[in-house]
Amino acid sequence: MRVDSMKDGMVIDHIACGKAMDIYSMLSLDKLDCAIALLQSVPSKKMGKKDIIKIDRILDINFDALGFISPNITIDIVRGGEVVEKKHIELPEKLTDILVCKNPRCITSVEQDIHHVFRLTNKEKGIYRCIYCDTKA
Amino acid sequence: MRSLIDILDLSVQEIEELISVSEDIIANPEKYREKCRYKKLATLFFEPSTRTRLSFEAAMMELGGNVLGFSDANSSSSSKGESVSDTVTVVSGYADIIAMRHPKEGAPLVASMKSSVPIINAGDGGHNHPTQTLADLLTIKREKGTLENLTIGFCGDLKFGRTVHSLIAAMSRYKGIKFVLISPEELKLPSYVKETYIKNKGIEYEQTTSLDDAMDKLDVLYMTRVQKERFFNEEDYLRLKDSYILTPEKLVPAKEDLIILHPLPRVNEISTAVDNDKRAAYFRQARNAKYIRMALILKLLEVD
Repeated sequence: MRVDSMKDGMVIDHIACGKAMDIYSMLSLDKLDCAIALLQSVPSKKMGKKDIIKIDRILDINFDALGFISPNITIDIVRGGEVVEKKHIELPEKLTDILVCKNPRCITSVEQDIHHVFRLTNKEKGIYRCIYCDTKA
Repeated sequence: MRSLIDILDLSVQEIEELISVSEDIIANPEKYREKCRYKKLATLFFEPSTRTRLSFEAAMMELGGNVLGFSDANSSSSSKGESVSDTVTVVSGYADIIAMRHPKEGAPLVASMKSSVPIINAGDGGHNHPTQTLADLLTIKREKGTLENLTIGFCGDLKFGRTVHSLIAAMSRYKGIKFVLISPEELKLPSYVKETYIKNKGIEYEQTTSLDDAMDKLDVLYMTRVQKERFFNEEDYLRLKDSYILTPEKLVPAKEDLIILHPLPRVNEISTAVDNDKRAAYFRQARNAKYIRMALILKLLEVD
C-alpha cells in the first residue's frame, strides 16, 4: 500500500496496533479539513504490526495524551518534504484533563471547574492514579 | 505555607519533631498556653465527627487561640451547592489555619490548592486521616518506647479504613516492621496499599481471616470499626459488621506488653470488658490526639 509523501505535516508512528482510531478520536482529527491517512496493521520489524497516522498539517498536539494511549509512539515533523524533528513519546508523569476519575466518592465527581489529574505511579505497568483519591485510571 | 493532606507529606524527621514537641506539651502544658494567642482555627466539618473536631478545638484552645466553624454540611453553604474551592477561599480570609473533614476523597487537597492558609486534612471519606495517624504514632512511641522492630496487627475493615491505610504508609518507613492483616475477604486491604507500602518495600507481612491465629505474635493490635457510612449496600454492612469482636478471652494468648489501639468511635468490636486491661491504650490514644494536633498547629503556623 502506498500513501503519497507530504510536504509539511506530521507522522505519528509506532502506534500500538489497533490504537490509531483512539488517537484519531482523541485529537478530533475528523474536524480537520486537511488530508489524513490512517494506516492500521502495518508490518513492523520492531512491533510485528503497528498503526500509523499521517496528517498533512503540523498540529499543536497534547503529547501526554498520546503517550498514555500508546507508549513508545514517535512523531516525525516534516517540513519541505524532509523530517526535521523526531519526538519519542513516553508515558507522561502526569495526565491533566485527559481522564475522568471513576470513583463516585472522589471530590472530582461533585466539584465544578476542577482539573482531573492523574499521576504515573507504576511506570512498568503503566498505572496512573487520581491525585485526589488514588483510584486507578 | 504548608498543609497536611497525607501523612507522607511529613518526613520521618518531621514526625519525630512533632512527637517530641507533643511530649514537651504533655510535660509542660503551661509553656504553650499563649502560643497561638489571637490566632484562629476554622473547623470545616462537612461530615459528622465528635472526637476529631473537639480534639482540634481543644488543641487550639489550649494553645490560647480561638475556634470558629461548622460541624455538619447542612449548617454550611455547601448545602446550597457551594463548592469546596469557594468555601475555602472565603474562610481562609477569616482564619489562620483550617481543619477540614469532608465525605469526598481529595476534598482537602482541592482546598489546599485554593487556600491562602494551611489546610489540615481531618479525614476525607475512606481515603486519608493523617492526624489520626500522628496520634497513633505518638501513642505507639509513648507506650512501646520505639517505632521500630514491631509486629503490628490490623483487624477489621482494612478496605475502607482510612486510618489503617495511613498508618501502614507511615509505619512502612521504620526499620524491622512486620504487618499482620486480619480481615474478612470482602474487607481486605486494597491491593495498591499493599503493593505500594508493603510489597514494594520488601516488608514482611501475613494476611489472615483469623484474629485468634495472629494474637500471640502481635506487639500492637489496631482494631477498626466496620463503618456503615462506607457501604452503598446495607445488606453487606449487616453481614460483615460483627466479623471481629475483641473480648478478654481472645486476649489470653496475647503478649503481656501488647497495646490495643482503636481510632474510635467503637461500636461493639472491642468489648467494654477489655477497657480495664492495662493493654487497652485506645483512650490514651484519644488523649494523645489532642497533644499531637497542638504540635501540628504550631508547626504549620510556624510558631516557635
